[in-house]
Amino acid sequence: MATSLGPGAPQSAQQALIEIDSLTKRFGAFTAVDIVSFSVAKGEVLGFLGPNGAGKSTTMRMLAGFMIPSAGTARICGHDVQADAIAARRQLGFLPEGAPTYPEMTVLSFLRFTAKIRGFAGSELRDRIDNALSLTGLDSVRLQTVETLSKGFKRRVGLAQALLHDPPVLVLDEPTDGLDPNQKHEVRNLIARMAPDKAIVISTHILEEVDAVCSRAIVISHGKIVADGTPAELEKLAPSGKLDDVFRALTTQAA
Amino acid sequence: MRITGVIVQRELVAYFATPVATVFIVIFLALQGALTFNLGNFFDRGQADLVSFFNFVPWVLLLLVPAITMRLWAEERRQGTIELLLTLPITPAQAVLGKFLAAWGFCTIALALTFPFVITVNILGNPDNGVIAAGYVGALLVAGAFLSVGAAISAATKNQVIAFVVAVAVCFTFSVASYPIVTEFLSKNTPLLAELARRISIFDRFLNFVRGVITLRDIIYFSSFIGFWLFLNTVIIEARKAD
Repeated sequence: MATSLGPGAPQSAQQALIEIDSLTKRFGAFTAVDIVSFSVAKGEVLGFLGPNGAGKSTTMRMLAGFMIPSAGTARICGHDVQADAIAARRQLGFLPEGAPTYPEMTVLSFLRFTAKIRGFAGSELRDRIDNALSLTGLDSVRLQTVETLSKGFKRRVGLAQALLHDPPVLVLDEPTDGLDPNQKHEVRNLIARMAPDKAIVISTHILEEVDAVCSRAIVISHGKIVADGTPAELEKLAPSGKLDDVFRALTTQAA
Repeated sequence: MRITGVIVQRELVAYFATPVATVFIVIFLALQGALTFNLGNFFDRGQADLVSFFNFVPWVLLLLVPAITMRLWAEERRQGTIELLLTLPITPAQAVLGKFLAAWGFCTIALALTFPFVITVNILGNPDNGVIAAGYVGALLVAGAFLSVGAAISAATKNQVIAFVVAVAVCFTFSVASYPIVTEFLSKNTPLLAELARRISIFDRFLNFVRGVITLRDIIYFSSFIGFWLFLNTVIIEARKAD
């Protein structure tokens, strides 16, 4: 695991842009996330794997500052997501689970809204939006309202919003869910192209995706990290050498 | 302030992108017209003023403003957009203020569209337009007070029906706090609270404006009332944004 650097650490190529430190979330007696710690450096694409209800979305929500952790903390580019929330969120592109967007807005006005919130104006605002639209292939539907779009397009609107400000940290909760195979391929290519300059976390339960885009994978089960390594390292854990079998072995034994 | 402005703009456009705006404005104007001319005996009174109009404004607002506010946060929760909104680089206070100001702006538009009443009374006689203007200021403040209550309650529940009913009940209680319906109950049990209740009635304060009297005390009353509920709204959002 990469070593954590303090908030005041100097910029370097290998600096951990995401640092998650003993993050815990309890709902009543149920512990959804149980002392999870890891960090992600620039250039890494971390696949966050686990069965439904394992705590993937809860961890990502705490990282994005949407949920308040019961214990522990997280930092984005050295900014604490609770104490220094605004600075942390400026460095973050976040795709929430299910890619929520305002249904009555057009794609263009929705992106214009998020761009203005992020402080862009004038020609830069137009350039950023045009760039995000073309990266996600939304040019043809820019004037359609979001409610009229298919599931795949809606997902890409959420993705465009997360990429718009070219953030150093991307946290994408199931970015390819609901996309057809061609669209999945495009999104994976997009992630691979952005990877060298960013720290990216994607959650998924599609295991082929891990091989396709991730440089590292963490398997989480019942709120605890049960494996952390490169996809190749994880595959060695099962005699068959298949990620499917590793995943099943890791996430069912704890139950 | 810039970010609040962006949120106000988005919210205001959203009112008019859905049938909410049209339905609200049409019903508001129809109700206000029917009440003023029928129940209010606008013509029979033979007075060049808008008292029969303003008498019904707080009651109509009491019914319609919670219908705007019930969806304010509950809808964001239902659609999951609250997760998007609150993970943008904005503070909860900016979101709360932006939503409130947009709703208030929308109420201002609805109230402004009652201008034919002003024209009518000016054609029929020589009213004191200063008194009418004061009445409008009062109506705006009443709308703001109801909006701030409704918004805070909407933040506390996912269920829009609960948000509506509770908001009407709370607004009603504050509106008629000086009326026997509230004070009689309170004087029997806690006389101190009854004394307090007599001073915080929204309708009593509004009547001062209808008489053409704008006092600093009433302005401070409405500002602190709205400020308190907006603060409460922010606290609720921060504490349970993900619930």
